[in-house]
Amino acid sequence: MPRRRMNGSQIVIKALVDQGVDTIFGYPGGAVLPLYDAIFEQNQIKHILVRQEGGAVHMAEGYARSSGKVGVVLVTSGPGATNAVTGLADALMDSIPVVCLTGQVPTHLIGNDAFQEADTTGITRPCTKHNYLVKSQEDLPRVMHEAFYVAQHGRPGPVVVDLPKDILMGEGAYRGPEEFEHKSYRPKTRADKADIERAVELIAGAKRPLFYCGGGVINAGPKASKLLTRLIRLTGYPATLTLMGLGAFPASDPQFLGMLGMHGNYEANLAMHECDVMINIGARFDDRVTGRLADFSPGSTKIHVDIDPSSINKNVQVDLPIVGDAAIVLDQLLKAWKAKDPTPDRKALKAWWAKIEQWRKRDCLRYRQSGKIIKPQYAIQRLYEKTKDRDVYITTEVGQHQMWAAQFYKFEGPNRWLTSGGLGTMGYGLPAAIGAQVAHPKSLVIDIAGEASFLMNIQELSTAAQYRLPVKAFIINNQWMGMVRQWQELMHGGRYSESYTAALPDFVKVAESFHWTGLRATEQSQVDDVIDEMIATEGPVIADIAVDQAENCFPMIPSGAAHNEMLLGPDDEAVTPISEEGMVLV
Amino acid sequence: MSDIERHTISVLVANEAGVLARVIGLFSGRGYNIESLTVAEVDPSNALSKITVVTTGTPMIIEQIKAQLERLVPVRKVVDLTTEGPAVERELALIKVKSRGEKRVESLRIADIFRARAIDSTNGSFVFEISGTTEKLNAFIRLMEPLGLVDVSRTGVVAIARGPGGL
Repeated sequence: MPRRRMNGSQIVIKALVDQGVDTIFGYPGGAVLPLYDAIFEQNQIKHILVRQEGGAVHMAEGYARSSGKVGVVLVTSGPGATNAVTGLADALMDSIPVVCLTGQVPTHLIGNDAFQEADTTGITRPCTKHNYLVKSQEDLPRVMHEAFYVAQHGRPGPVVVDLPKDILMGEGAYRGPEEFEHKSYRPKTRADKADIERAVELIAGAKRPLFYCGGGVINAGPKASKLLTRLIRLTGYPATLTLMGLGAFPASDPQFLGMLGMHGNYEANLAMHECDVMINIGARFDDRVTGRLADFSPGSTKIHVDIDPSSINKNVQVDLPIVGDAAIVLDQLLKAWKAKDPTPDRKALKAWWAKIEQWRKRDCLRYRQSGKIIKPQYAIQRLYEKTKDRDVYITTEVGQHQMWAAQFYKFEGPNRWLTSGGLGTMGYGLPAAIGAQVAHPKSLVIDIAGEASFLMNIQELSTAAQYRLPVKAFIINNQWMGMVRQWQELMHGGRYSESYTAALPDFVKVAESFHWTGLRATEQSQVDDVIDEMIATEGPVIADIAVDQAENCFPMIPSGAAHNEMLLGPDDEAVTPISEEGMVLV
Repeated sequence: MSDIERHTISVLVANEAGVLARVIGLFSGRGYNIESLTVAEVDPSNALSKITVVTTGTPMIIEQIKAQLERLVPVRKVVDLTTEGPAVERELALIKVKSRGEKRVESLRIADIFRARAIDSTNGSFVFEISGTTEKLNAFIRLMEPLGLVDVSRTGVVAIARGPGGL
């Protein structure tokens, strides 16, 4: 049967359809006009018109993270591609599968400094998992399918496909995904039997064990979270999660110690410091988790399960490295555990839990209410209480509000919590919420935001309005770049250099001018009503919550300190001066 | 932490656009050292190239380098020739010496000892071709310095495992 001839743009669209894509986030421009023509002529793929390309990538991330599918972006050459760079770097750090199609000047003009030309593959090489410049018509179908394969397999990540305009206009034959198999990229997903048995032995023999799990569990699909929950409950051991891992184990479970790390729970960090067997599944020993490396969990035997061999022994030397997919390895571990049916040391565990309960009693997330002022923690607590029984997705921006959200919003399952962990991208939350809302039109999607971050991609309010997406933005408004202000207070002698945002807009009026509904709370007594009204309002809503400007985020491990040197609250501040070494760290 | 080791790593890659930039970008982006790097296509029918890179670092860093290289999509195979059995290493250099009289004769004599060949000569200069280990080339160049050394071009190390096995 002769293959149907199509132009390059039709081939791209056909490949997207065959890859199961139903939505792309994009912005047109000269180099991608042929593709937009092909989009115009079909109705299988919905195009969401963003307001700036950076927003498109975060939307694709929100879409991908909340649905488990690949997020797809389409932008033009030059500035279209360079605007997408931050989002690509974000997706790389947090291992989010994204395919980003970028327009390019025609092949004969590449290198000529043509209008809207940029070396897109050169610029995006270090911030993508892989990228392609399609230089010949016949490569196009293969590259399209490969891009989806690479984005999803192994440790997921962003893939850029740079498409010169002549390739988009030239004719070629389409070939389906079933006709291609990647020549060499085959990440290892299953652990060796001997390693599994050794792991079970170590886990069973622990006296002070701790599960430490991260985003790898979320990326391995909802099944991985179910398996993890089963394994943790079977052992009766305590568990902590990283920022990226929240939801992988139910937060309401008594075995959950909360998030660990710089702003993690006291009990989680001290358990990490004193455990004798650490079971790390899908976490990467990020510096925000480890604190001072030399004193990180000093006495533990470490098991590390990760799909990416380069994550193993990168920061922390481990005793039993296991390369594999979290879902598959957890299944192997569960089966091996059941087959062996070991008897853990009940007596030691009882003592360990007693110690943990002592730490828990410190109630490290406690804060002091005073007068009518709204404490940011209180606002998020109330938001949690009023939305927890709903089908809800939470995104955040970056800063204090993000940490408070991680501390006070409790997630019972995976894919509900979308935050920029690795890159820490301010401006992530609003577009990510829009992406999540596109994937889940009937769900309640809330961006817990800070006012400074919110301004960074505020143009996307217009996107939500255009597609009638009922996103809710819950702005913890303290008029400061709160985390910057907090560091300046604790480490730079209270010299608040450029961390106050003067001349902030009136967010209620901003909402109204973008066809959103605007609400505001300025006193504690108004918070509940504003949240109720926000939920009851059908369309998109900004809830501007004016909170205590001076509140700091605790607990906190100062940079360069160890887990057992954490600050629990404002009264602790003077006790431990920050070391010189710590000052250098970010 | 401070035991810095020197390793020769052989990397088989798909010969596609940008692959060398990917490898070099990995080293510069993550702050790894490159002592030398050579690249050429070695299997045209399968479009495969081989990169030989000599790098230094602590054992932990060397392991990281290998894991990071293996993670690149177009990389097919990474072999640490320094740890995985014996290997032979060779480097080639072209060395230009400008001198007359006794110095000129002396440079020829030393070239003979090192089995270097003169591949270009004028009344006042030679270009020597020499191959061998990096240390041998270093020694030869050092001896040429007082004899009118003008210019040096070196290939960097290429290496291959000893014995019958292929990469």
